[in-house]
Amino acid sequence: MGTYIVRRLFIAVPVFFGITVLSFLIMNLAPGNPVDMLINPNIPKELLELKRERLGLNDPLYAQYANWLGGVLKGDLGYSFSSYAPVSRLIGERIGPTLLLAAASLLFGLLIAIPIGVISAVKRNSKLDYFLTGMTFLGISIPPFFLGLGLIYVAGIQLKWLPTGGMTTLGGDGGAGDVLLHMILPVTVLGAAIAGKKVRYVRASMLEVLGQDYLRTARAKGLRELAVTNKHALRNALIPVIAVVGAEIPLLLGGSIVIEQVFQWPGIGQLTMEAILSRDYPILMGLNLIAACVVLLTNLLTDMLYAAADPRITYG
Amino acid sequence: MTTREAMPKPLLQIENLKTYYPVRRGLFGQTSGFVKAVDDVSLTLYEGETLGLVGESGCGKSSIGRSVVRLERPHAGRVLFEGEDITNASQSELRPIRMRMQMIFQDPYASLNPRLRIFDTLAEPMIAHRLAKRGDVQAEVERLLQLVGLPRAAADRYPHEFSGGQKQRIGIARALSMNPRLIVCDEPVSALDVSIQAQILGLLQDLQDELKLSYLFIAHGIGAVKQVSTRVAVMYLGRIVELAPSESLFRKPRHPYTKLLLGAYHPPDPLLRGMDRPIIRGDVPDPSRPPPGCRFHTRCPYARERCRTEEPSLTNDAHGVACHYPLA
Amino acid sequence: MSATTLPWEQPNTRIEGYVRQVSRRFLRHKPAVWGLAVTILLVLIALFAPWLAPYPPNEVMNAFGAKPSADHWLGTDQVGRDVLSRLLYGTRVSLFIGIATVAIYVTFGTFVGMAAGYYGRWLDMGVMRITDIFLSFPYMLVVLVIVSVLGADMATIMIVLALFKWPTVAMLVRGSVLAAKELDYIKAGVALGFRAPRILLRHMLPTIIGPIIVSATFGVAGTILSEAGLSFLGMGVKSPQASLGNMLHDAQSLTVLTEQQWLWMPAGCMILIAVLAVNFVGDGLRDALDARA
Repeated sequence: MGTYIVRRLFIAVPVFFGITVLSFLIMNLAPGNPVDMLINPNIPKELLELKRERLGLNDPLYAQYANWLGGVLKGDLGYSFSSYAPVSRLIGERIGPTLLLAAASLLFGLLIAIPIGVISAVKRNSKLDYFLTGMTFLGISIPPFFLGLGLIYVAGIQLKWLPTGGMTTLGGDGGAGDVLLHMILPVTVLGAAIAGKKVRYVRASMLEVLGQDYLRTARAKGLRELAVTNKHALRNALIPVIAVVGAEIPLLLGGSIVIEQVFQWPGIGQLTMEAILSRDYPILMGLNLIAACVVLLTNLLTDMLYAAADPRITYG
Repeated sequence: MTTREAMPKPLLQIENLKTYYPVRRGLFGQTSGFVKAVDDVSLTLYEGETLGLVGESGCGKSSIGRSVVRLERPHAGRVLFEGEDITNASQSELRPIRMRMQMIFQDPYASLNPRLRIFDTLAEPMIAHRLAKRGDVQAEVERLLQLVGLPRAAADRYPHEFSGGQKQRIGIARALSMNPRLIVCDEPVSALDVSIQAQILGLLQDLQDELKLSYLFIAHGIGAVKQVSTRVAVMYLGRIVELAPSESLFRKPRHPYTKLLLGAYHPPDPLLRGMDRPIIRGDVPDPSRPPPGCRFHTRCPYARERCRTEEPSLTNDAHGVACHYPLA
Repeated sequence: MSATTLPWEQPNTRIEGYVRQVSRRFLRHKPAVWGLAVTILLVLIALFAPWLAPYPPNEVMNAFGAKPSADHWLGTDQVGRDVLSRLLYGTRVSLFIGIATVAIYVTFGTFVGMAAGYYGRWLDMGVMRITDIFLSFPYMLVVLVIVSVLGADMATIMIVLALFKWPTVAMLVRGSVLAAKELDYIKAGVALGFRAPRILLRHMLPTIIGPIIVSATFGVAGTILSEAGLSFLGMGVKSPQASLGNMLHDAQSLTVLTEQQWLWMPAGCMILIAVLAVNFVGDGLRDALDARA
């Protein structure tokens, strides 16, 4: 177990460097360079050249990469082109709302997916199962932005039940209740996407456990169907489901861009769109890198949790 | 052995062959130990003979077969085919050799590609190695089918339309499509009904006479080996424990293991077919940690003190045996 | 050596080909059959859009933002283009991107995965690490960023969408190859001295094709969604060319959203229908091929 963790960490190191290389290369695909972006006709050519030199843009690509990587390892992600603020600070300021949204959506998604999956499995091949499966397919097939727009249209505009965008009411107190109200729609949309992906998994996992011997024994002992489902099956079925929650992180991070755009949620997704529109490459590079590292770390953690949770798997 | 011509020529020489499977663990998955499937085995197979290789499941007999046809790369030792060292030959160097050395697999259900018609299965080797002209392929496939006792119509069928014995005939025909001199038969009848077993063994013998084939015949069933083999090697835990002409070995086994193996053998009983019952008391020891001394001493009824410490080597006479106290 | 009786010579022996068996199982799956019918219909619409569309998709009429009418069944957009025509052409573009992108990355991923699984050793190690790297980037984020950097023409969009999806196929194929390598008929191919391309393409690929087909089908659905998301954000297919996603782009304005539902509802529904249909087909194929993908 200990050696497995160390080995897993060692594998993660080259992957981390690969991620930095790829992030760096993506940004260097851009035609032109950061100085060209700063173009201001009033600045004389000589000054621009000086600036290029000072920023190391005349160095060969690998030297630029090494330079940049050195900064990254010290936590320096560079400076925004448009606001000149450090990228790490800009991202830090916006990450809170995104984490809030992602965590709530994940929780909400699991809270729908688990009961639906379990019911589907227990009542397998019934009308109810078919109906729930159909709903699941709807969940994974509906474009999140379309669902979002639909919800805004119905619940926000027609019925006027809920705020349609932002994180707080303009001029309101900005309290927790207000934020919660603003969260309902985006969390519903992102949660539905998560749930759609998870239901099938829960159902399959549950079916597998339900088919196992010790459950037949439990039933033979006279336990009621429901008690069997609850006590024995559920726990065993959910271990793998919970353990792979980490797999949803990329989906949450990617999906939040669209959702935040639709609901004007002031998080990382909005920052991404702003950076894209203003061609603020340092921000984009930083976002990409951080997101990839978050995914890498979650995968690492997931693998370790899984190894710890499931004694049947030996990692020799 | 008076004239040179009468001297049997070695076709296949296995010298000190070791086929180990690494047990990986620890950081970077480094190898911590080995399952010693084949541990220092030397065997020579002469032209025209059938060398039987017998032993319980897991004794390493199949690993020898797979090492010979180089489906596995041996860990140490040498394999010489027609005098040529093929132990470390690359796949492209092996290609011409593989035309002369073929294999028949244990499970006829798994050894034929289910998506290909029999015609394609049989024609493919000829086409891949350009052994037949395009126009001759059809006739050649029919010749092969006839050779193994199947009707021409079989060519247009798929594997799942055949019974186990028929599939094994097709597997044999595929091996013959390369005109080999040596065929490694890896438990060719173990998966078949007893009545079918006899037919397939008969077919193999007929083909040997007709085509001057040599066989390395691997089996865990004594019956099959007894029927076809010229000489027999008995394996236990990666080692040869006895090597003798068939008649001599079956009449007068000298190793206690062989004797027990033969004693447990009853003429085919259809009711017991397929039951892989333990033949001898006790479990086969862990092949990654074979016992010291004679490997069989943990289960041997005649084991003495010396057997526990000193490993016997195979005697180099006509009836070779690896035992400190061979049976008279 | 006499011929034994063969099963097909005996009466009452039902013999079924693999393809027939699979299609029979597929046809038992009702939603899948419906999905297939709708998919075929959509493909036909895409193919014949130029003949079906009442107007050229980019032609500006004199009425802009007009409600649905007899002349314009789905109204006109804010520039004055016929929404129905754009819907048909948008379907064409979205389906094309979905199918072509999947064709690119499934082919590439299959190739890489087969090589990694078959040859093993350092090649396998290298491929596994590279897939790890690519899969660490959240798909939507990285695709969005690269497309914004490179500029969004259709070829770029497809290549970028494919670039970050092939690793999933490579991993799937690698796993299947590792399992299939142990099959006797693959080993027989090695023992018969077949070259790697012959073994891989003629024996390995047909053996492992099931999960690949299933994953490709779900991939088409996923790619249509991704392209729609990109275009919705204004970073995908660019106006004036119509795609189902960019037809919803304007709905980010409250006026369009509340006053002009005909501008965004049809495109949104079309995406939903297409993705749903393809997903059902994928589900049916998964059951029929008994493939976990």
